Amino acid sequence: MVSRVSGDVVTDVLRPAGALDGWAGRFAALPDSVTLLAEPFHAMVDVRTADPAALERLVGAPLPGPNAWSGGERVTAIWLGPDEWLLTSPFLSPAELEGAARETGAAALPDARLAVVDVSAQRTTVRLRGAHARDVLETGCAIDLLPRSFGAGSAAVTLLGQSGVVLLGLGPSDYRILVRSSFAAYLAEWLLDAASEWR
Amino acid sequence: MSRVDGYGRIDRSRTLTFTFDGEQYAGHPGDTLASALLANGVRRVGTSVKLDRPRGITAAWSEDPTGLVQVEEPFPEPMLLATTVDLVDGLVARGLGGRGRLAEVPDTARYDRRYTHCETLVIGAGPAGLLAARTAARRGDRVVLVDDRPAAGGSLLGTERICGRSAFDFVADTVAELRADPDVRILPRTTAFGHYDDGFVLALERRTDHLAQPPRDVSRQRVWRIRAGHVVVATGAHERPIVVEDNDRPGIMLAASARDLLHRYGVLVGREIVVFTTDDAAYDAAADLERAGARVTVVDPRPGAGGSATHHARVVGTSATGSEDGAVTAVTLDDGTVLPCDALLLSGGWNPTAHLFSHVRGALRYDAELGAFRPGEPLDGGTVVGAANGTFDLAGCLAEGRGETPEPVARRTHVLWRTEGEPARQFVDLQRDSTVADIARAVASGMRSVEHVKRYTTIGTAHDQGKTSGVIASGITAELLGVPVESLGTTTFRPPYTPVAFAALAGRQRGRLYDPERTTALHAWHVEAGAVFEDVGQWKRARYYPRPGEDMEAAVLRECAAARTGVGILDGSTLGKIDVQGPDAGVLLDRIYTNMMSSLKPGRVRYGVMCGVDGMVIDDGTVLRIDDERFLVYTTTGGAAPILDHLEEWLQTEWPELRVSLTSVTEQWATFPVVGPRSRDVIGAFAPHVDVSNAAFPFMSWLDTEVDGVPVRLARISFSGELAWEVSVDGWHAAAVWRRLLDLGAPHGITPYGTETMHVLRAEKGYPIIGQDTDGTVTPQDLGTEWAVSKKKPDFVGRRSFARPANLDPLRKQLVGLLPVDPDLKLPEGSQIVELTDALPPPPVPMLGHVTSSYRSAALGRTFALALVKGGHARIGERLTVPVDGALVPVEVTGSVLFDPEGTRRDGEPSVR
Repeated sequence: MVSRVSGDVVTDVLRPAGALDGWAGRFAALPDSVTLLAEPFHAMVDVRTADPAALERLVGAPLPGPNAWSGGERVTAIWLGPDEWLLTSPFLSPAELEGAARETGAAALPDARLAVVDVSAQRTTVRLRGAHARDVLETGCAIDLLPRSFGAGSAAVTLLGQSGVVLLGLGPSDYRILVRSSFAAYLAEWLLDAASEWR
Repeated sequence: MSRVDGYGRIDRSRTLTFTFDGEQYAGHPGDTLASALLANGVRRVGTSVKLDRPRGITAAWSEDPTGLVQVEEPFPEPMLLATTVDLVDGLVARGLGGRGRLAEVPDTARYDRRYTHCETLVIGAGPAGLLAARTAARRGDRVVLVDDRPAAGGSLLGTERICGRSAFDFVADTVAELRADPDVRILPRTTAFGHYDDGFVLALERRTDHLAQPPRDVSRQRVWRIRAGHVVVATGAHERPIVVEDNDRPGIMLAASARDLLHRYGVLVGREIVVFTTDDAAYDAAADLERAGARVTVVDPRPGAGGSATHHARVVGTSATGSEDGAVTAVTLDDGTVLPCDALLLSGGWNPTAHLFSHVRGALRYDAELGAFRPGEPLDGGTVVGAANGTFDLAGCLAEGRGETPEPVARRTHVLWRTEGEPARQFVDLQRDSTVADIARAVASGMRSVEHVKRYTTIGTAHDQGKTSGVIASGITAELLGVPVESLGTTTFRPPYTPVAFAALAGRQRGRLYDPERTTALHAWHVEAGAVFEDVGQWKRARYYPRPGEDMEAAVLRECAAARTGVGILDGSTLGKIDVQGPDAGVLLDRIYTNMMSSLKPGRVRYGVMCGVDGMVIDDGTVLRIDDERFLVYTTTGGAAPILDHLEEWLQTEWPELRVSLTSVTEQWATFPVVGPRSRDVIGAFAPHVDVSNAAFPFMSWLDTEVDGVPVRLARISFSGELAWEVSVDGWHAAAVWRRLLDLGAPHGITPYGTETMHVLRAEKGYPIIGQDTDGTVTPQDLGTEWAVSKKKPDFVGRRSFARPANLDPLRKQLVGLLPVDPDLKLPEGSQIVELTDALPPPPVPMLGHVTSSYRSAALGRTFALALVKGGHARIGERLTVPVDGALVPVEVTGSVLFDPEGTRRDGEPSVR
């Protein structure tokens, strides 16, 4: 860790900060039936391509079709549109993920057109789990979240409260919510409020 | 007391105390306020809205037109129906004179909403609805069953037998079966109040009012937003009265309501009861009431109806002689007989409760046998079963609930809308005090449509929306017009079925959650620095940073001076940013911007203007060329989403052949303008490996670099006319980079400034803010930015409009500067501008334009303004007048660039270039 001095002020290294830094205390006060956890610093790149097969090797699975996500621990692909996927990774840096997407695509299909944009800071991630997780979502999300419609592997670009989100079904009572960074504080406030019935 | 033993589903082992109109009474759990009042002999609940006539309870549930009360405790709420208010200990209420009063204390209760989806939604848990729900559940559907009563069973009284068992045993078993099914959700105390296209139903659940100790954090009311594949309307039927003279007195109610009060609450509504009916069902009510101890006389005009005790006559009037509370004491028959009584029960047949069928444009048709309007053609995506469908017998309801066609049952309802009497005292809508005379007046005024009659008479417009009066109004109108009621029809039912509080509709969207507040990555820093924020759309932006003792004017003058003489720094992260990628990126931007973008070189920046097809400016900003196939487009803060949509629309609908993709990166990048003659020192210290000289880093160029391993983009862009850099960094490192810049700028007196200072600095240079200095009718030429309109490009969005005669009119409003002759006078933004005068001519005064921006300038040492003025460019040097608060303020018209028009400051102070 390098500190340096300019004037009489000590400046730390350029340390990253998550959009929900400072919320952990309020999240921790929730019961086990509704748990919230900020998951900052997931690398994310937006990929536009007509040849999704080009990215299979990176994701480790075929890229998902509409309203689904796929992938493994390292890289996840979320369907955002007919030619658009969001790749996310909690392990790679934004530059690594962006570079890997470009290189994998180019290697697999040299002629494929591939637009790759680093959007790691565009959204932040919140994990919502617990027996009442779906109850919380259902107070502000219009899509059918009942397990037979929205299970593990499901993904939706939808509204939660009044905030646009990308919602991922991870398993029973387990969701990941991707939200625009500027809306993160609103969404955190909204989630805590929605969870208050089970406090 | 009119409570009778052996009846009712109330808990007589416990007593609740409540207060009505200042008097204390007792009731039991399971009571409504109405049943408890009647049990205590309180028949007069309030007075009518226009005529001040005493009114009581006329029906037992939400169809009651009269029993409105103001509840004071436990929670103040106006105009609730006593029949639907659950009795709780300590309830305080009073009767109303037709109008309530909003609570003067804040509503601290919680209201929320809940979405759910199902294959089958059943509305109504009566016999038909229960069977429909059971049938759907057994088929494997996800089922939602809503019912507005506390318990299932609908109109069942408990005396019936279903499948060889007592009706209530059958109900309990069916509910138990449904409850055991994880795919079934039962919502009691929940009123479906609106039915919309594609199986969408809104329902209001009353969750806590019936509880003695409502749990904290549970919402008081919840609006369910239910999306169903199939909607089963099983909402029963409403009995309708017969209109007779003076039919509005306390003690007069619907026959089935009196029966319901007996069986549900053990309340006998009278000891000496007259039943006036044209329908067989009222005989069951009469028999039950007699069994419970009342003396009952039935008056039925139908020949051959009833037994020997029945009077074959009509009730033509009532009286309240000797009654202290104005309640009925006798009725008069058309044969002259006077029957003393303490209750008159009316039954003119039954109207299917088809509201929720009607909401989705289901057509009702008149059934002469039923004497009622019932659902006509089948409903798309739904069915109507049971009494709501006009099937009034229990066996038929059960069959329809199972999805079977019931055996036809003959009925002999005799339609009688009213009897003879004084029309001005024959009440049709008791809540509105509207009478047969009012309908006659409407018809005499030429109205032929029930919709017109409704609005003229206000019949059916009260809290009950005409549940008991609407069809009667149609019938009487038809009689007066001499047309069959089937050809006249009924008025349209519209949501809500029952009143819904605004608080419930608002749900959690109040206070902090009313509208999202968007914040930048630096928000915590702004708050700590004492920033005053302004709302820019949903964004919270730091407007200025007052020091102790400073007001906005002082703070902004200080911040402006810092940017002009030293160095300032702004959080500009809210600017919209769009990544444009692909081989045809330049082609797309050439077609979208008025100026050429494809000729921009990588590493360079260009300012651009965007127009709509009408040639009016919709946005502006800078464009960075990243590489041959990639640009970064900056939009205004407000333009971030709409401009991306604008580009996507052209790309997807008009030019799908272009190989371009667009991605919003607004929140990926934080952007900080570092502005002022000392900015070079700060940027030089921040990125010591970068040559920040003018020669190496000229105006309108950019480069990517790294600072301590963090990728950073530096761009020489100026929105102030000063030497300036924009520092862009990913949002993760925004706060750290901001703090680093402040630390490094400290020796140079770096001053954070807010949006207000940004506005002043740009206005001094005549840079317009799209949306403030423009209003959708302003062209690039009007703004004086025709230099940004390409003459070479074959086409671009808006180009053809520039040749329209109106666009070439020299008298168009154009952007100019205004200098008030009094240099200390700041013009209010929005002020109108007129010709120079010392006395306004008589109206209409010709207006020349208006002030769009107005500030006090530290750099100019005076006030100044920007304005849109007719023929403004040709008026430069002229004087005009701005009326301000009655005074006529002379102003001088100038060019829009008031500070450093030669642009000498752009590259910094000469000594350090």
